[in-house]
Amino acid sequence: MDFRGLNRKLRRPSPNRPVFRLQPVSGGTMYLILFFVFAGFCLAGAINLLLQSHPINSALSLIVVMTSLAVLYLLLGAEFLAIAQIIVYSGAIMVLFTFVVMLLNAGREERTLGSRAARIVGFPAVVALLAVLATAILRAQGLGAAALNQGVTSTQDLSRVLFHELLLPFEVTSVLILIAILGAVALTRFEGAIASDAERTASK
Amino acid sequence: MSLHQDVPLAWYLLLSAALFSLGVTGFLIKRNLITVFMSIEVMLNGVNLSFVAFAHQWHAVKGQIFVFFVMMVAAAEAAVGLAIIIAVFRARATLAVDRIDLMKL
Repeated sequence: MDFRGLNRKLRRPSPNRPVFRLQPVSGGTMYLILFFVFAGFCLAGAINLLLQSHPINSALSLIVVMTSLAVLYLLLGAEFLAIAQIIVYSGAIMVLFTFVVMLLNAGREERTLGSRAARIVGFPAVVALLAVLATAILRAQGLGAAALNQGVTSTQDLSRVLFHELLLPFEVTSVLILIAILGAVALTRFEGAIASDAERTASK
Repeated sequence: MSLHQDVPLAWYLLLSAALFSLGVTGFLIKRNLITVFMSIEVMLNGVNLSFVAFAHQWHAVKGQIFVFFVMMVAAAEAAVGLAIIIAVFRARATLAVDRIDLMKL
């Protein structure tokens, strides 16, 4: 898909000309189909994450959830976030997850008494939560509809706000990432490695 | 383009609520430390979706920037969280949350 061409078309919406025509189907129908397909993928992936008992299968279905969310971001006109979602979430974070699953050789999860109790309390609580959220959303007035030609936030607009108004929070984020890296290294450092290093130098 | 072909914003918000609830369910019923952590990521993604939907609705760029910051914090959180999981596994040789019930080593 040529995003630049798409963008140029969307910037100049003219009322008498049909905007954004991908294929024989009109833009609106295409939008609806894409929404349903990827919302379905998203929910199926999330449900599969719960049903699988092996962590690596859960990790793979989480990748499906995150990648289909990237397509939904694209439908909502957030092109930078869609790419960032794929690179940061489905790329970096999920690679980290799969690495840890394989490194620790995590097998099937075991069923204990605690898991049954969690099921008994968990499911009704979550159904109640979902019901409250859904009624609140459906009762809300003036939410409107989301069409693709309503406006795409280009990376340019985003970076203008990010680097002019919110420069300090952005820089603070880099410090946060740096501290997280240091913390991760400090936590995973194997204590025995230092001791054996010292022994090795002492024996020389 | 007729109006009925557009997706109502409420559907996006419902999808976001469903994702968040599935994340909470996973957090409660999964018994593996790594899968519990993955459920937290699902919750974060659900919240991000509603941020993007509202940003689209009100043409607010700052909503998207908020999602960007959430992504950065999630990356940092994943790095530290997985490091903690590795440290716990070294100390206990198990990933079952029911067996990790003491703070001290």
